Amino acid sequence: MGRFVDQFINPVIWARYWDEMLGAIGLTVQLTLLVLLTGLLLGLVLGLIRVAVPPLFRIPIVIFADVFRAIPPLVILVVNYFALPFAGIRLSGFDCAWLGLCLVLAAFTEEIIYGGLRAVGKGQWEAARSTGLGSVTTLMLIVFPQALRMTVAPLTNRTIAIAKNTALGSVIAVPEILNIAMSALSNSANSTPLTMAALFYIVLFAPLIVFSRWIEHRFPQRG
Amino acid sequence: MPIVYKPEYTMAALLKLDNVSKTFGDREVLHGVSLEVAPKEVVFLVGPSGSGKSTLLRFCNLLEHPSSGAVLFEGADILKQKNVNALRQSVGMVFQSFNLYPHMTALWNVAIALRLVQRKSAREAREIAHHFLAEVGLAHRGSAYPAELSGGQQQRVAIARALALKPKLMLFDEPTSALDPELVGSVLDVIRKMRHEGMTMLIVSHEMQFAREAADKVVFLDQGRVVEAGAPAALFGNPQQQRTIEFLSRFSLAGSHG
Ligand SMILES: Nc1ncnc2c1ncn2[C@@H]1O[C@H](COP(=O)(O)OP(=O)(O)OP(=O)(O)O)[C@@H](O)[C@H]1O
Ligand SMILES: [Mg+2]
Repeated sequence: MGRFVDQFINPVIWARYWDEMLGAIGLTVQLTLLVLLTGLLLGLVLGLIRVAVPPLFRIPIVIFADVFRAIPPLVILVVNYFALPFAGIRLSGFDCAWLGLCLVLAAFTEEIIYGGLRAVGKGQWEAARSTGLGSVTTLMLIVFPQALRMTVAPLTNRTIAIAKNTALGSVIAVPEILNIAMSALSNSANSTPLTMAALFYIVLFAPLIVFSRWIEHRFPQRG
Repeated sequence: MPIVYKPEYTMAALLKLDNVSKTFGDREVLHGVSLEVAPKEVVFLVGPSGSGKSTLLRFCNLLEHPSSGAVLFEGADILKQKNVNALRQSVGMVFQSFNLYPHMTALWNVAIALRLVQRKSAREAREIAHHFLAEVGLAHRGSAYPAELSGGQQQRVAIARALALKPKLMLFDEPTSALDPELVGSVLDVIRKMRHEGMTMLIVSHEMQFAREAADKVVFLDQGRVVEAGAPAALFGNPQQQRTIEFLSRFSLAGSHG
């Protein structure tokens, strides 16, 4: 038992890495927020565009969404970090993680939003258009709010799943929670930093999980 | 061989469908239909399912485009008109399934086009919306969401939504077909009132009793053609075509008044 405590919740190690781990939390929060903000926004815009444009123009969006939903996020991050420099594009680990996860979240968001927009009955379009509302106004004020209600639960779940992938940044030298914990682990030959990492993730993501449960209760999915 | 209906009206028609056809894919569903609606006239369009009633109605506000033929509104060909949204404010439409916006209150269902299409101030839009809700007997339900209203109330909000734009023509596509029988009357009452106030209306309906009472003219459409048309007393009382007789025999009009 003493051995376990010593290895996993060693107070000396805990104190030694506390400040550094706090910094990593700050960076993780920053990365997560950036990914959520840009990924959701991009996906939303793409989903709306896909509904609004003629079929031919939808193809690039469909390809984008399918590609970025198919490739494992880790692969995208690694490609960004290790392959893009050969093409003359040199991004920091942070930017690689941000860009990669943003695109993945955008792809899933686009697909969910598009599905929601399509699920709104065509009677809604016809009613709005029959009163002289334009197609953009109808999309934004009549159809989109209904689609959002339908999709907010799956969107929240998907967003949380992708947000947790910030931990993948650890393999491309992003000093986020897991990365710092891993180097602390090898420097100290002690597992306490990993315990700290796990606890920090819980503190970070548990509220989101609770939020998603509330969302699911508040906006039950139809069908 | 069905007769082709030749409108005998000399009065300038508000709406005139001239030899319109519609092809979906390689199937023609309307074959050269002509129809006129004079100002203040109430025309009922009746016929079996799939005969093309909705398609014909939807030509009149360009929710659907005819494959050939012309649609004249106030004498102008709407197919050549640039501004569809201007036309749509002059031609109100009421749908079988109400199609109220579920995320807006009854008042805003009515007010939104006033605000965004007719550019009224928020206050004026609300006032007009409230006035038309009152017209359909729902002055007190403005703050209710559609899900909180009965089917009959929802359809009346939908009528108010169309009326608020001060249309010159109202289109109804089976406005009572989705309603429980006990709620039909409240909607028909509103249509009666509109008729009394001189609204021009083109109504697709299976309410033969109501058609007999409220129509100035009844048009029987079957398999994409006008089979017979005329005053309700003549069409219901003394139909000339075999298909009309067969169709009407499905509705028990026996012993009906009027
Ligand atoms: N968008 C469409 N694409 C293909 N076929 C269509 C379309 N809309 C209507 N049709 C077909 O055209 C024919 C006429 O349809 P329409 O809806 O006008 O009939 P209706 O008289 O209103 O019938 P109901 O009483 O069932 O509403 C039907 O055979 C229908 O299947
Ligand atoms: Mg129909």
